Amino acid sequence: MIGHVEYLSLLIIPLFILFTVLYGTFKKVRVYDSFVAGAKQGPAIILNIFPYLLTIFVAIKGFQASGAFDYVRNAFSSVFAFLDIPIEAFSMAITKPLSGSASTALFADIVQTTGPDSMATQMSAVIMGSAETTFYVLAVYLGAVGIRKTRYLVPVCLLADVVGIFVAVSVARWFF
Amino acid sequence: MNVVWLILISVSIVFAIFTGNLEAFTKSIFEGAKSAVEISLYLLGIVSVWMGITRILEDSGLIYRIAHLFRPLISRLFKNIPGDHPSITAITLNVLANLFGLGNAATPLGIKAMQELDALNEEKGTVTPEMMTFIVINTASLQLIPFSVIGILASYGHRNPAAVVLPVLIATAISAMTALLLLAVFRKVFR
Repeated sequence: MIGHVEYLSLLIIPLFILFTVLYGTFKKVRVYDSFVAGAKQGPAIILNIFPYLLTIFVAIKGFQASGAFDYVRNAFSSVFAFLDIPIEAFSMAITKPLSGSASTALFADIVQTTGPDSMATQMSAVIMGSAETTFYVLAVYLGAVGIRKTRYLVPVCLLADVVGIFVAVSVARWFF
Repeated sequence: MNVVWLILISVSIVFAIFTGNLEAFTKSIFEGAKSAVEISLYLLGIVSVWMGITRILEDSGLIYRIAHLFRPLISRLFKNIPGDHPSITAITLNVLANLFGLGNAATPLGIKAMQELDALNEEKGTVTPEMMTFIVINTASLQLIPFSVIGILASYGHRNPAAVVLPVLIATAISAMTALLLLAVFRKVFR
């Protein structure tokens, strides 16, 4: 089953490109010139995104390096111990929205230190798979079209992340 | 975002002073800048490729055909998208790319979707309800199979790494629905 989905995933982009190019040619589009004209938009989009990405990355890296991140984690650790949630899973839950690469490294570390079949690993795996790098998504998507007034979007995303943690933990506990 | 950023930066600096992590903090600022440059360069490549591909979709009219095909599905969540608008195609392709774990395609197609949704935006610079729905769906991490998680589990000798698929899928589905529900509640409260 997994193998089939994996193969389909590999196949989907090449097939899509082939179909697009053939359909375009059939509709008398000069596909090469068309592609170039589209690609020309790329740099302008990235120039829009870059300052947003930079601004949020500086804040996140600073937060992690200053010791504030560790303090928050330790402050909440007793609460999570009380709820019988491994501290590793909680670290995962607060790392994932901030940084994709950091959460991947953290997950590998959790698997290595607590063992591949521990509850901490299972919970972290579910969190890792079901949560997204919220701040990155916000910076990229809002930056791309220069949105400055985000109304209630950011609180909704952060609240959804918090709910997501508890959902992931409950589902993991129910399954393993 | 203003508040979030202000809190992150000022709390970090206060902590850096009290815990003696000033050097690490200053270094991390430049590391953050460096990774923003690296990720932007990476995005520059893949976004340009997908802008090229989607331009062919536009020039051949396929973008409207795909929009027509998926409109019944997409318009359930995005009520204010008119007719066979190209944003429907971009949203559909982004969701499909997410489902199959094609990160290299999902982000550029998501950017394309945001551009198309912004074309419908009457108040430029302010987020629209459609954009919010789209972003919330994207922060829910819709994915059929979490390949990266399975990969890491497998590499450390997990008995059955694929066992994580179902719980992840269920957790994702519940979180996504909760997020959309939260969005609907906020929408009601803030008119």
